[in-house]
Amino acid sequence: MSAASPILSVDAVSLSFGGLKALSGVTFDVAPNSITAVIGPNGAGKTSLFNCVSGFYTPQQGAIRFEGADITRTHPPHRAKIGLARTFQNIALFRGMTVLDNIKLGRHAHMRTNLLDALLYWGRAQREEMALRAEIEEKVIDFLEINHIRNQPVASLAYGLRKRVELARALAMRPKVLMLDEPVAGMNREETEDMARFILDVKEEWGVTILMVEHDMGMVMDISDHVVVLNFGTVIARGKPAEVTQNPDVIRAYLGGTDIEALQRRIQGREAA
Amino acid sequence: MRIGTLKESYAADEALFDTRTQKAWLGLFFLALLVFPFTAGEYWLYIACLVAIHVISTTGLNILTGFTGLVSLGQAAFMGVGAYTVAVLEARLGTPTLVNLLAAGFVTAAVGALVGLPSLRVKGLYLAMATIAASFILHFIFANWTSVTQGVSGINVPPASVLGFEMARPVQLYWLILPIAVLMVLGAANLFRTRIGRAFIAIRDRDISAEVLGIPLLRYKLMSFALSSFYAGVAGGLWAYFFRVVTPESFPFVYSIFFLAAVIVGGMGTILGGILGAVFMTLVPEVLKLGVGLLSPVLPDAVAILSPVRTIVFGALIVGFLVFEPHGLAEIWRRTRRFFHLWPFKT
Amino acid sequence: MDFDWLFFAEVTLAALGNSALLALTGLAFVLIYKATRVVNLAIGEMLMVGAYLFFSFTAGLGLPPWGAILLAVVGGALLGATIERAVIRPMLGEAAISVFMVTIGVGSVLIGLTEIIWGAEPTALPDFMGKAPIFIGDAYVSRKVVIGFSVAAAVIAVFLLAFRFWRGGIALRATASDQAAAYSCGINVPAVFSLAWMFAGAAAAGAGILVGAVGGIAPTMGVFGLSALVVVIVGGLDSIAGALIGGVLVGLLEAWCGTYLGGEYKMLATFGLLMLVLLVRPYGLFGTVEIERL
Ligand SMILES: Nc1ncnc2c1ncn2[C@@H]1O[C@H](COP(=O)(O)OP(=O)(O)OP(=O)(O)O)[C@@H](O)[C@H]1O
Ligand SMILES: [Mg+2]
Repeated sequence: MSAASPILSVDAVSLSFGGLKALSGVTFDVAPNSITAVIGPNGAGKTSLFNCVSGFYTPQQGAIRFEGADITRTHPPHRAKIGLARTFQNIALFRGMTVLDNIKLGRHAHMRTNLLDALLYWGRAQREEMALRAEIEEKVIDFLEINHIRNQPVASLAYGLRKRVELARALAMRPKVLMLDEPVAGMNREETEDMARFILDVKEEWGVTILMVEHDMGMVMDISDHVVVLNFGTVIARGKPAEVTQNPDVIRAYLGGTDIEALQRRIQGREAA
Repeated sequence: MRIGTLKESYAADEALFDTRTQKAWLGLFFLALLVFPFTAGEYWLYIACLVAIHVISTTGLNILTGFTGLVSLGQAAFMGVGAYTVAVLEARLGTPTLVNLLAAGFVTAAVGALVGLPSLRVKGLYLAMATIAASFILHFIFANWTSVTQGVSGINVPPASVLGFEMARPVQLYWLILPIAVLMVLGAANLFRTRIGRAFIAIRDRDISAEVLGIPLLRYKLMSFALSSFYAGVAGGLWAYFFRVVTPESFPFVYSIFFLAAVIVGGMGTILGGILGAVFMTLVPEVLKLGVGLLSPVLPDAVAILSPVRTIVFGALIVGFLVFEPHGLAEIWRRTRRFFHLWPFKT
Repeated sequence: MDFDWLFFAEVTLAALGNSALLALTGLAFVLIYKATRVVNLAIGEMLMVGAYLFFSFTAGLGLPPWGAILLAVVGGALLGATIERAVIRPMLGEAAISVFMVTIGVGSVLIGLTEIIWGAEPTALPDFMGKAPIFIGDAYVSRKVVIGFSVAAAVIAVFLLAFRFWRGGIALRATASDQAAAYSCGINVPAVFSLAWMFAGAAAAGAGILVGAVGGIAPTMGVFGLSALVVVIVGGLDSIAGALIGGVLVGLLEAWCGTYLGGEYKMLATFGLLMLVLLVRPYGLFGTVEIERL
């Protein structure tokens, strides 16, 4: 891991639902301008972890720090505003809006138009909207190659495109840390490769830190700098991708396994799809 | 036939009315609105004023229910708050008409925000219940806060007057009500070009993810309640100037259902829908009256069944549109327009 | 001035009669909600139609009361099934709020039809319960109230037993707890939906007859349904126990406020309670808290 102080740190976070411990004492750091992957079997608590970081759940114990500040008890909109953006495992686009409006929505927290401005659509409201439109067109829509669908309602889009629009919306949030919950789940090979390229570009060109949950091991191995493995709500391993896949605990957790060789191959993604 | 439009710039693309044909039609429409009072008779002016009042209130409810997804069955009661505000100010203090209308809007907005408070904890259906409760509580207040509302006997409202012109008849009130309606509808249309409108729609479509994306839910839900009630309040205020007497019975629960029906029939979540719905629903009883008038020679007690038939038609329209055309008249309108644009090609 | 305890006891006993009817209506409501997740705002109007059917069968056709009750209850069940089949089922999969608005429309249609068929004027139901007053201790209670209470209580008991032991009732509960699972167990889910609406319609019609017997019938008696709605919100939309306890609470509250503050305060108290519950304990006393996941 890099020596720079972490941009995001999760410190001994525990979360339970009634009797079920979804997360227990989860601790890890995310270095600035890196790609950190959180992996683990189904139900390991990955999405719950994301929800704690973005503020949808409040952990019973532990702390979450963003750029050194404790944000454990702040409201989700506040976190969005300070630069935590995310996508969702079950795509959460707004069905009643066009692609363009969905993306624009991402900028909400950074805009200042108030109700009166909005009703009059004069001065600030108009200026802000125009600037937003121009910026989104140039930076986000062109970048993600979704020009052709900008005016379509999201309900009419294919699955892969929806995921891309979600990414676009998250980018419009001017993220410092971008959290992606299974960005390539359900995508074919080609779409997966596109997405991997976009993620790398976002990191390199935009200087955004990425935290992602992903089951596609091939992709995790290819693009991540750091991997955190969750199982039953606890961190069982962390390190460079190559280190993690050698870890016997990880192999066992993933595959309950006996045939270590075959399992290792699978983890390394050679059998994927 | 016309296919496709070339977008010059983002500003043109974001305009409310973007094609030249649209602008031409709009100009024609406004012209018609200007000429209308000089050609129409008293009855049609009466209808026009009523329609305009209903357009304001329906557009308000559409902001809350159609765009923000918070069903309200209190719109009529909110109008009542506006009407009483105007009545009290006009009859007791004699303050200027426009000031009274503005006051009606703000007082009602405050009441609306108060009613929206349970959205702190609940949403959807539970919130709809809160608005039902609120409308009965408000009704109680209208009837029993005698020192202000004069109880069941109600308040007589002096005529409106703007810049020294007294407005008592529909032909005069038209010039007060219609411009206000146009402005308020335009305001609503503008709203949905900005971040605030988008936030409302996001809350309707999926509020919990909206929150994670940076939208403070409570603030925006209350804002939607307040704004919607502001519209109701102004509409109620105009109603008071229009009918000149305000009683607790002026704003019954079925009137709230009327507005909900208007939003559904017109098309939830489109500005055009609010307008079409209000026009349609206001004309329905008039058409029914006409029908009853025609029937009365054959059917002696036709007049007696007018009110129940109206109730049935309102209900049936709600059900019918929700089941068969959930996007309402606005969608039918859109389809028709599309058909003619692309004609003679098949859609 | 001394507090008149006897009077208070009489008011309270009378209130319990009303409570039982509220609970029964609430039960009908919960039944539909549990099985189909539909919040049925037309429950009050279904109740009203039941009362009017009874009125037609006795006063109109001259049937004996028990026959008329039976027919009215069957009529209520049919009405429930018709509504479900005609307008609720096509809405399957639509947003809950849309279905809710559909039921508002249905209620409006029912009111209009009732006014056309039976007229808008309030009427009294023919007396079929006798008039001799009943005394519990020193307290006088109207016979109608006692009968209303007993019948409602008995019907509620029958319902509860049916849920527990009868096959249809069990299918209903299974559907309520997990629709997809019920499907895969071979339960005919649409049939269960119909069943729930039929039972609710029957219960509402029964409640309507009792409400009408006590207070007379009118096309506006559907507002009783609004009180019942408050009952289920106080108790929790999906809780049968909640409907029963909520019924008692609201019944008592309405009676006490109505008596000691004045009739116009009844509604105020009911809806004030509703607002309070929504603010303080939104899912009612026993309702399941809805959890949403991202
Ligand atoms: N709101 C909730 N209430 C109750 N239990 C929950 C809630 N959210 C998550 N859980 C439970 O917490 C555990 C972890 O769930 P989570 O969604 O975080 O897993 P995950 O690692 O994202 O799995 P997957 O790979 O399938 O997405 C699961 O057992 C889940 O059922
Ligand atoms: Mg997950």
